Amino acid sequence: MDDTIVGISTTQGVGAISIIRLSGKDAINVASKIFLGKKLNEVDTHTINYGYIVNEKEKIDEVLVSVMKKPNTYTKEDIVEINCHGGISSTNKVLEMCLLNGARLAEPGEFTKRAFLNGRIDLTQAEGVMNLINSKTEQARKMSINQLNGKSAFKIKELRQFLIEIIAQIEVNIDYPEYEDIEQLENEHLKPKLYKVKEELKKIITDSEHGRIIKEGIDTVIIGRPNVGKSSILNMLLEQDKAIVTEIAGTTRDIVEGQINLEGILINLIDTAGIRKTEDVVEKIGVEKSLELLEKNDLILYILNNNENISEEDLEILNKIKNKNYIIIINKNDLHSKIDINKLNHFKNIIYMNTIDKQGLKELKEKIKELYKLDIINTNEMTYITNTKSLSLLKKSLKEIENIETGLENDIPIDLLEIDLKQIWNNLGEITGETFQDELINQLFSQFCLGK
Amino acid sequence: MSYEVIIVGGGHAGCEAAAAAAKMNKKTLLVTSNVNNIADMPCNPSIGGSAKGIVVREIDALGGLMGKVADESQIQMKMLNDKKGPAVKALRAQVDKKIYPIEMLKTLKEIPNLTILEDFVINLIVEKNKVMGVETLSGKTIKSNAVILTTGTYMDSDILVGSKRTKSGPHGEKTIPDLSNSLKKLGFDLIRLKTGTPPRVSKSTIDFTKTKEEPGSLDKKYNFSFGKEKDYNISDQMSCHLIYTNKETHNIINENISKSSMYGGIADIEGVGPRYCPSIEDKITRFADKEKHQLFLEPESRYYDEIYIQGLSTSFPHDIQEKIVQTLPGLESAKILKYAYAIEYDALKPTQLKQNLETKNIKNLFTAGQINGTSGYEEAACQGLMAGINAVLTIEKKSPFVLKRNEAYTGVLIDDLITKGVQDPYRLLTSRAEFRLILRHDNADIRLRKYANKYGLINEKEYKAFLKKEAEIKELEKKLKENKLKPCKEADEILLKVGSSKIKDGINYFDLLKRPEINIEFIKKLINIDYKEEVIEQVVINSKYEGYIKKAYREAEKMVRLENKKIPQNIDYGKVKNIASEARQKLEEIRPTSIGQAIRISGVNPSDVSILMVYLKKGDFYD
Repeated sequence: MDDTIVGISTTQGVGAISIIRLSGKDAINVASKIFLGKKLNEVDTHTINYGYIVNEKEKIDEVLVSVMKKPNTYTKEDIVEINCHGGISSTNKVLEMCLLNGARLAEPGEFTKRAFLNGRIDLTQAEGVMNLINSKTEQARKMSINQLNGKSAFKIKELRQFLIEIIAQIEVNIDYPEYEDIEQLENEHLKPKLYKVKEELKKIITDSEHGRIIKEGIDTVIIGRPNVGKSSILNMLLEQDKAIVTEIAGTTRDIVEGQINLEGILINLIDTAGIRKTEDVVEKIGVEKSLELLEKNDLILYILNNNENISEEDLEILNKIKNKNYIIIINKNDLHSKIDINKLNHFKNIIYMNTIDKQGLKELKEKIKELYKLDIINTNEMTYITNTKSLSLLKKSLKEIENIETGLENDIPIDLLEIDLKQIWNNLGEITGETFQDELINQLFSQFCLGK
Repeated sequence: MSYEVIIVGGGHAGCEAAAAAAKMNKKTLLVTSNVNNIADMPCNPSIGGSAKGIVVREIDALGGLMGKVADESQIQMKMLNDKKGPAVKALRAQVDKKIYPIEMLKTLKEIPNLTILEDFVINLIVEKNKVMGVETLSGKTIKSNAVILTTGTYMDSDILVGSKRTKSGPHGEKTIPDLSNSLKKLGFDLIRLKTGTPPRVSKSTIDFTKTKEEPGSLDKKYNFSFGKEKDYNISDQMSCHLIYTNKETHNIINENISKSSMYGGIADIEGVGPRYCPSIEDKITRFADKEKHQLFLEPESRYYDEIYIQGLSTSFPHDIQEKIVQTLPGLESAKILKYAYAIEYDALKPTQLKQNLETKNIKNLFTAGQINGTSGYEEAACQGLMAGINAVLTIEKKSPFVLKRNEAYTGVLIDDLITKGVQDPYRLLTSRAEFRLILRHDNADIRLRKYANKYGLINEKEYKAFLKKEAEIKELEKKLKENKLKPCKEADEILLKVGSSKIKDGINYFDLLKRPEINIEFIKKLINIDYKEEVIEQVVINSKYEGYIKKAYREAEKMVRLENKKIPQNIDYGKVKNIASEARQKLEEIRPTSIGQAIRISGVNPSDVSILMVYLKKGDFYD
């Protein structure tokens, strides 16, 4: 961590100004080597300096350079920020100049990592910043800001406080067993308290899973028999928001054919089996296999053709996905309706679409919002954890609660159950970055009056 | 005059240290200011209690004295937390304050190699950062290879009562500032701590009909010691009595608060008092909305008339103390025999110690007990024992004896002291131990007896008895696991009778015992179990709490892995880049021996530890 890193801090290609940021002990040196203007080594800290980035004599861009000396910077290291005005190509050129003059390209999130390692921000804040960097839509940006403000940290701290009061009560009963004026916490008292913790945890986990949807989008797969118009629907969806149609690698498994922004919610259209290349997915890979594929995704768009009968195969698949999030789209390219719609009486979420007139998009949006209760996802009210490790700690804690409940049924003494409670308290502490045994001792003596 | 080990101070730490060193065949000298004051109990008349009782068992398992002497001098035995789980059960003895010191002195005198000298140590002889002996007030210079300081509250102590500050140890014993000065000159950082004790009243002036009797355990006999079991008459135990303070008590305290030494009576108090042992004025001030506070009347001896009022520790002047006592139910006309006082004394910042309780600055100098910032007889005694063993090991150039946090409360205590330091006098609590399910009252011998044998602190007979017990536990566990209850009509009938459910397949007795409604008596009817109670107890615990115990062992293993990641002792933290400055300072000060210890230092954050680990892994250190 003693080298100097450089990166483009703004989203590339968007906006008129892009910022290149250097951090590390040589940040000012690197910048001064390519800057024409005041001597950056001599300017005061936290000043903005006008000048040019030059390569030998050639002026590359007209810039404003902010010089911020440690320790009062984001990373607690020397930071230089170059505000470039010349668009993508000159920004890239300036970056290249920094790299040639001794800086190393920053890894994604490395500035934040340094801020964290240098003690500038805590773990939850760091994760919040990471999400902000990665956030692609407005909703996700709001969420990132929310986490940065420590909203989730606050909620978890509150839960920890509730837990430590229970733990302290149990501990005080152990350490001071003869204090008759201190209430003895018995197994039956634990039950309602446990229920509260369980509900709170469940809520955070549910919210967090919603949070993941906001941040990462809804993985959506389009499926249907040959010639029902899957590729035209896929294309229609992609075309309606061309700005972000890119062929990018998906986060985990499949190729994300494209992402569409549905009023702030990302829909990742996943081409599980290459719909665009081969029309007849079901035929090609068989019903079983396609069901397997459906398992992995959040949302299934099942396409039926308006001028065809519903086949046994269709019904077989539809029956199997009944308990998942699905939307049945009846593609209405042909005005002749031959479809025997009665067969769909047991199914919900049916909408009509017309790729020729580009109709049905609004209905699809409404359906998705309804399915994911997106209207009630209010990012200001929610407590969510978007980091996978933290989420798994929360789930682990929920599991511990179940263990305690089993213990309660089996008359396990409360001091043993408390060991699991402490584990939950530690798990939550790991999320917020605080696990001190001393906390408990302090609680003990401030909550109870003890003495000899 | 010359000895191999000198112990300075004859309190609970000093006695254990002296006995251990002498038993390990070192020519040992115990210097005390007053032979009659050896193993004195200046505060409460009890030994053991929550967590502390487990420490006494540990001391006994390791071949120490406290358990046996407490068994000899007890006037009441009580198993605390009897209705809770096995991990938190702890034994407490009300001890006869007259008999305990007599028994201890008798025990010490029987140990070969041990000499007791009545004198004051005023100076340490140090050459090349190594202690070479001591100088005494009477003018003696005594050479030795190692010195253990167990000075208790006697280092430059002041007794505080009301507005009066008197240079004195407890019971008006003499105190001297010389040793403090000697330590300061050697570069040690001393802190001022404070503790207190309540008034003692005459038993014959108390009306016990207004109190609630709190007897000892009446169901069975208990002993601290693993070896010799002392017999006693259960019905002849002395009881404690419970009373409460009342509005009138609180009024007197509030009206006179400024007369308490701690609340303005004395202006220059530096000492920090223990949080777990606040004075009555502290309790009433800090918990103003509490209408009453609990007090225990504890007998001090069968041979004299004193009653100790647990919970009424104070530094009010004598007249106010009388007024307070007279508001208490049953004590309206009680006569105070000894007034309460607070005491301020010098202690060493324990972060200046190594894991073996040797000081980092001066070789072969050890400290144990209250001088290390702890409070309590048991806390002192276990440190004394460890210091005694380690002083000998150091002289013999052998590796130190360090107990890990998953091995003993004693290990938890010492690790806390040297890693976290103290702000106020340190008391052991079950909540300080992360692995209390492993550190039980009942298994202290299984945890520690092997060490006692290794260092020669128990005799062959004692060790053989332990090995037999260990073998029998394995045997019985095997027997229960290998024998099954098979599904049949009779089996179903007896199970349903005790409210248990039928079995479909055969179930072994070890697993059957796990059922909450099944106890060992039930199993005994199905299979012959002819073992001692202590053996059966272990097997029952292993069965009933198997899941929890296994989990605790898994957690402990995780900790041990971090303990095994050693930090080279010549590491230069200045070279470890990017550690927060507070963390660097703490690491420099404490110089943890392992990553595990580093994590426990407050002010060292997980990110600092990861940076440190990366640094050690990169091997920059060896450049």
